[in-house]
Amino acid sequence: MPQIGLFLMQVDGLVESTATWEPVLPWLIILLPLLGFFVNGTLALSAARKSADAVRAGGEFDFFENGRPRTHSLPTWVGPGVVFLAFLLTLVNFIGMLGADLHEPWIRSYWQWISTGELQVGAAIQLDQLSMIMMMIITGVGALIHVFSVGYMQDDPGYPRYFAYLNLFVFFMLVLVMGASYPVMFIGWEGVGLCSYLLIGFWFSDKANASAGKKAFIVNRIGDLGFLLAIFLLYVHFQRVDFAGVFVDTESVFEYGGTVVTIVTLFFLLAATGKSAQIPLYVWLPDAMAGPTPVSALIHAATMVTAGVYLVARSSVLFALAPLSSAVVAGVGVLTALFAATIALKQNDIKKVLAYSTISQLGYMFLGVGVGAYTAGIFHLMTHAFFKALLFLGAGAVIHSMHHALHHTKKDWDAQDMRNMGGLKAYMPYTWITMWLGTVAIAGIWPFAGFFSKDEIIWMTGAMAGAEQAPYATLYTVYWILALAAAMLTAFYMTRLMVMTFHGENRTGSREAEHLHEAPRTMWIPLVVLALLSVFGGWINVSTDLRESVLGGFGFLPMGEWLHHWLEPVTEAAHLIQETNLGEVAEVAPLFGGVEWVWGLISFVAALGVVLATLRLLGGRKVTVVVDDPEPTGFARILYNKWYVDEFYHRWVVGPVVTTSRVLWRVVDTKIIDGTVNMAGNAARALGWVVSLFQTGQVNTYAFVLTLGVLVILSMVVF
Amino acid sequence: MAESLVLAGIIFVVGTLGVIVRRNVIIMFLCIELQLNAVNLTFVAFSRYVGIEGQIFVFFVIAVAAAEAAVGLAIIISIFRHYETVNVDNFNLLKW
Repeated sequence: MPQIGLFLMQVDGLVESTATWEPVLPWLIILLPLLGFFVNGTLALSAARKSADAVRAGGEFDFFENGRPRTHSLPTWVGPGVVFLAFLLTLVNFIGMLGADLHEPWIRSYWQWISTGELQVGAAIQLDQLSMIMMMIITGVGALIHVFSVGYMQDDPGYPRYFAYLNLFVFFMLVLVMGASYPVMFIGWEGVGLCSYLLIGFWFSDKANASAGKKAFIVNRIGDLGFLLAIFLLYVHFQRVDFAGVFVDTESVFEYGGTVVTIVTLFFLLAATGKSAQIPLYVWLPDAMAGPTPVSALIHAATMVTAGVYLVARSSVLFALAPLSSAVVAGVGVLTALFAATIALKQNDIKKVLAYSTISQLGYMFLGVGVGAYTAGIFHLMTHAFFKALLFLGAGAVIHSMHHALHHTKKDWDAQDMRNMGGLKAYMPYTWITMWLGTVAIAGIWPFAGFFSKDEIIWMTGAMAGAEQAPYATLYTVYWILALAAAMLTAFYMTRLMVMTFHGENRTGSREAEHLHEAPRTMWIPLVVLALLSVFGGWINVSTDLRESVLGGFGFLPMGEWLHHWLEPVTEAAHLIQETNLGEVAEVAPLFGGVEWVWGLISFVAALGVVLATLRLLGGRKVTVVVDDPEPTGFARILYNKWYVDEFYHRWVVGPVVTTSRVLWRVVDTKIIDGTVNMAGNAARALGWVVSLFQTGQVNTYAFVLTLGVLVILSMVVF
Repeated sequence: MAESLVLAGIIFVVGTLGVIVRRNVIIMFLCIELQLNAVNLTFVAFSRYVGIEGQIFVFFVIAVAAAEAAVGLAIIISIFRHYETVNVDNFNLLKW
């Protein structure tokens, strides 16, 4: 059986490739955002010092009193600039790799990072087709969101601090996808978690925001434990933890369906559920919406939350060897997709809808990588980065506008609640059109990006159910049905969002409505670029079956299944394992028969139907503003309250932990441990007090006792 | 021999009791001298049978006692200057 890494050789504890292709300054791609962090961080510190001095002097500090200070004008160029440069450099390397026909990863260790006994870990980066795609997404979408942030955050006193954090995030995210070993990836993994925490709690003076950041951090810790345990297990069995080294030996160390590989992959799944907000650890993501909206777009939609999908795709060889874990991954994914979609139906906060939508779409990605369609998972990751970043930035533009309008008349309404919006299309046409493009893309309307990626995942799920020797065929059939259902829900809640935000009567108030305005140019230009990507992004991986059907129409495009071929060097080892053990996957749907394009057509027509029906249904319905809106009743109330999951966790997870901690503190710590220590002290003191009674200070007494002692000793000697 | 030892024993007991019972520092001091000299007497008495070492020891004791008397009296004087009394019951600060 051919294995990856036939061309790899081992150099001082690290597998180093003999690839002929040489990338252009790959380290600079990582270092540019770090440089931006240092520059912006320095500016942020000096700005903070100025305002602290002013506050100490008893006043308030207005940064914009005498025009824009340098600390608030430089980040405009530095922040987006470094990310844009990193994107250009990535693009150069991407084009280079396109022409290189690279079959093995390019790996370079810059210095020895950990060197203990048998374990050698280099500070190494790895470039292959998978990390290249991720880098393109991170720097490309990241640069657009940085530009958007310039408009969105301009008037915030924390402007330089914001860009410092955002640059630091891009740095860690690049470390995550470029790292050549699990520990290096873990550094990035933790780093993005830190930046996520810092940015969720960006407006930390409000306690709710700070708590949301804390929640994200703590929930992620649970997942990170899984990551660490998985690394330890890999080390025990391979004595090495770099990707190339582990994957070369995987099939000789682990057997198909073995216990250890199942445990390792389940630990990785735990890590992924934390970072990528899947059941059961998804609860932090909706709260993470407390951060600035561009942050939600970059970190909590397009890049960081997809790290779990990347982790599974990166470890595809391990997951392919563990059919049980793969089935669990797919199950977690599809359940999350459906569950989050139901919650999104009744949310009224525009960002909350998008947050649950993100969780749902991440579920699709997990379903994809879980059924072994690693390319499809990464494909959906990419298209999702486009349309979800677009939707979040659009929501940001809406909130920006709403905030200004409400601020003008000092109305204390919620600027994010869709019940207070309505009819915004008249005021913000660019945002309206681009967001509609994002909506049809996510809803799975042909020929927009989301259709192709989602269809491929759903199709692969169905095909898996019919694989010759598939172990969990019935399960995959259920997954397939659930995935189709979730797709319909997606179409519904996104259309509902659009209707409530942009259509119908404006509910903001007549005086406020005068101040509603289109977003500035720095904000709508990224929207347009992302909208174009949402429209055309899906065309790079149109499956052959779709191309040859009525849904094709893209026969003229030279890149059918391009992404599939592109990622082949990374995924072929996993696919070989699957083919050997599962046999050919079916080419027909598990129920009712039918080939891919038929079901593609069905889901497209159904999604379109749902969108149109929702438009008709909700378009005519009157929405009441928040202040007059009663809490829903019946089943809607359960969805509105998010299935009471937070309450459940609070009662059954947080509660017991707090109670246990309190018992440990009040009883074990203060009573038992402190008690023992205090008792020892008190005993010594009491003894000292008793003995001190003999020390009278009277010379005569001493003389008497002395004599008595001598007499006693003497009498012992004599008698 | 026996007589000298009995005498020395009596003197030593008197000295010891004096140190224990009396409260006047000067007297207590004198009683310590009594004890020392009782021991000296014993040394001398034994040297008659054992050898000259006992008498050499006595000279040592006398020399050290002289030094001790000098230091002791100096301490007593300075204490007296402070308390204006030589009653040891008043000198009880040196404790816990």
